Amino acid sequence: MSTRIHYLNVQHTVGSWLFSLDHKRIGLMYLVTMMLFFGLGGAAAMMFRIELMTPDPTYITSETYNRLFTMHGITMIFFFLIPSIPAVLGNFLLPIMLGTRDLAFPKLNLASWYVFTAGGLLGLGAIIFGGVETGWTFYTPYSSTYANSNVILAALGIFVAGFASIMTAINFIVTIHKMRAPGLTWFRLPLFVWAHYATSIIIVLGTPVIAITILLVAIERIFQVGIFDPALGGDPVLFQHLFWFYSHPAVYIMILPGMGVISEIIACFSRKRIFGYNVVAMSSLAIAILGFFVWGHHMFVSSQSMYAGMIFSILSFLVAIPSAIKVFNWVATLYGGSIKLDTPMLYALGFIGLFTIGGLTGLFLASMAINVHVHDTYFVVAHFHYVMVGGMVMAFFGGVHFWWPKMTGRMFNETLGRITAVLIFLGFNFTFFPQFIVGYLGMPRRYHVYPEEFQWLHILSTQGAGILGLGYLLMFGYLIVSLVMGKKASSNPWKAAGLEWRIPSPPVTENFVELPVVEHEAYAYTEPDVYEDVPAEESSNG
Amino acid sequence: MGSSHEAHLAHHFESMDQQRESSSLGMWLFLAQEVMFFGGLFVAYAVYRFKYPEAFAVASTHLSLGWGAFNTAVLICSSLTMALAVRAAQMADNKKVIQFILATMLFAGIFLGVKGIEYAGKYQDGLVPGPNFTYTPNFDRYTVPITAETAPANFVGNVQLFYSFYFVMTAVHALHMVIGLGIMVWLIVQAARKTYMRTYYAPVEMTGLYWHFVDIVWIFLFPLLYLVWRH
Repeated sequence: MSTRIHYLNVQHTVGSWLFSLDHKRIGLMYLVTMMLFFGLGGAAAMMFRIELMTPDPTYITSETYNRLFTMHGITMIFFFLIPSIPAVLGNFLLPIMLGTRDLAFPKLNLASWYVFTAGGLLGLGAIIFGGVETGWTFYTPYSSTYANSNVILAALGIFVAGFASIMTAINFIVTIHKMRAPGLTWFRLPLFVWAHYATSIIIVLGTPVIAITILLVAIERIFQVGIFDPALGGDPVLFQHLFWFYSHPAVYIMILPGMGVISEIIACFSRKRIFGYNVVAMSSLAIAILGFFVWGHHMFVSSQSMYAGMIFSILSFLVAIPSAIKVFNWVATLYGGSIKLDTPMLYALGFIGLFTIGGLTGLFLASMAINVHVHDTYFVVAHFHYVMVGGMVMAFFGGVHFWWPKMTGRMFNETLGRITAVLIFLGFNFTFFPQFIVGYLGMPRRYHVYPEEFQWLHILSTQGAGILGLGYLLMFGYLIVSLVMGKKASSNPWKAAGLEWRIPSPPVTENFVELPVVEHEAYAYTEPDVYEDVPAEESSNG
Repeated sequence: MGSSHEAHLAHHFESMDQQRESSSLGMWLFLAQEVMFFGGLFVAYAVYRFKYPEAFAVASTHLSLGWGAFNTAVLICSSLTMALAVRAAQMADNKKVIQFILATMLFAGIFLGVKGIEYAGKYQDGLVPGPNFTYTPNFDRYTVPITAETAPANFVGNVQLFYSFYFVMTAVHALHMVIGLGIMVWLIVQAARKTYMRTYYAPVEMTGLYWHFVDIVWIFLFPLLYLVWRH
């Protein structure tokens, strides 16, 4: 039996990867790069979590502690969470879901990986040369005047990596507008595509603002020019406004693609059309638009006027509406479905629960009076980790598991997969639930030393982090093993209805030998013919 | 292949129209993010100008209105020659593409040269922000109604803020021009190879969009920086 030629084995040289214009290969390159940053950010977190088991400094100084949590924040947010799903799964899947051969600008896509990697290396350089202690938010005038660390390098790294995001986003929007297969109308698009469309709009309109902001901080440091410097009449709070104008929408850059993944997984493993398709699609756009008008809720205690605070508070509550629409519609999809609890589905269910907790505590924080009480405490830390890790990272790994057979042509060990999914869910809750309590009791975030009465909660949290870390390591382990020993995947192992499951696993370089004509929406689970396996020979052109 | 346009159709597009529309949409999206990029600067500028109107007005009077106006005219001319280059590309006249782009580059060169003269003057006057910034207010000579008594406490600091914005905004703008010049060199090489034809002229058209955008940014920068008190 001759081996089938597909995008992975068509060429084997290193150059064939580094200079590949194939969106699928670029997606995998992103996956590898980003896992390195995820590992780095995770390692930093483990180090300061271990330190936090004792109320007094034990094995690291306060200075090192500050650098560790900054390193954790910067790598996780800018070099993992923001690009993760779009650059890996979006890159790999979008052209296939749209029934086309590649993204609109393949060279730009490859360039984006290089730019991202360059940004990542600058960030890495900042860490290697001693780190940064400002926190990932770079608040002025600390970052611009007082901090005595590699702020410039880290800022440039973020600036450069932002270009990669913009390149990817432009590519996605153009591809979605101009390159859909015949018959693939807007309201037949998978919700994954809608989510990426909304995300891309935020990236195009938001990222340049952080770019110029962070550039101004770098310029202020390099040339000693005052821009946010109060000594010249500059306004440090202006930095916060500009920073959060991007960095709040960036939360939606991180979570929206995750919501897209969850919609795909829930529909497949409930074997049902997603409930309320149109409103789920539109809620992505609503989140994208509303997300631009809520940044002030980060600044309730930063000398913002009470009236501005009230308006930002109300607008922040509004974002809960489209988010809740999604959660309710997923649950309604589950209702009456024939649910299968395979690994990706376990991640998706975990997402729904954890995102709901994260989202609801977001409402506490959007209420001005409560915000003043818990502002800058561990309550906030727990809240955004429920959204980012409990939401986004769960969705990312759910998606990686769901499309793993398509990307690699191999099945992972399902038993290990399920055990790990549960382990990660439990570890996550052990880590972050105690932080809600310790924050509510008044412990501020970013403190190295704390009163003894909080110790038991911190011990719980650190032990949870250990379980969580173990879960991730186990996952990397069996996924890597599956590359060599995994069972060969059929074209449609989950019996899903999307276009990507109508081509062999792994796909050929051109995705489709003949471009498809789309007759159904992506959730036509009532049409049995859409999720039959495709024999490999039929669509393989060698 | 010869004169066929198929050589320029990338494998993943179905038609030249689809390809050109994609480039065009992509370019407009890029310009949208450019607007937001400069928008951040403009907002910050607006905040400070609103806070320190007199200091910004006084600082603005030290800029050379003559050079600024001259450069504005130069850039508008460069937009014209760029538009003519796009037209030439659409007509498949590669020779004219080269001529018009060279003219555009000449105008751009003049602009950057004048900018250099202005920067040098500011350096000599000690108006470059940073540790070497030296500015002595001379309240008797200002055209702006301000006296030593009415001036804000940190008047000199606020003047320096204006110059921080002057240098950052014009330098970021100039950087965009330099990038545009680089792209134009590539366009000339392509035109010399007779690349452009009636069905394939997107690179020239897209560069044109970019160039007009860079011009428009200057059209905003000029009044914001040079004309604060001259209305």
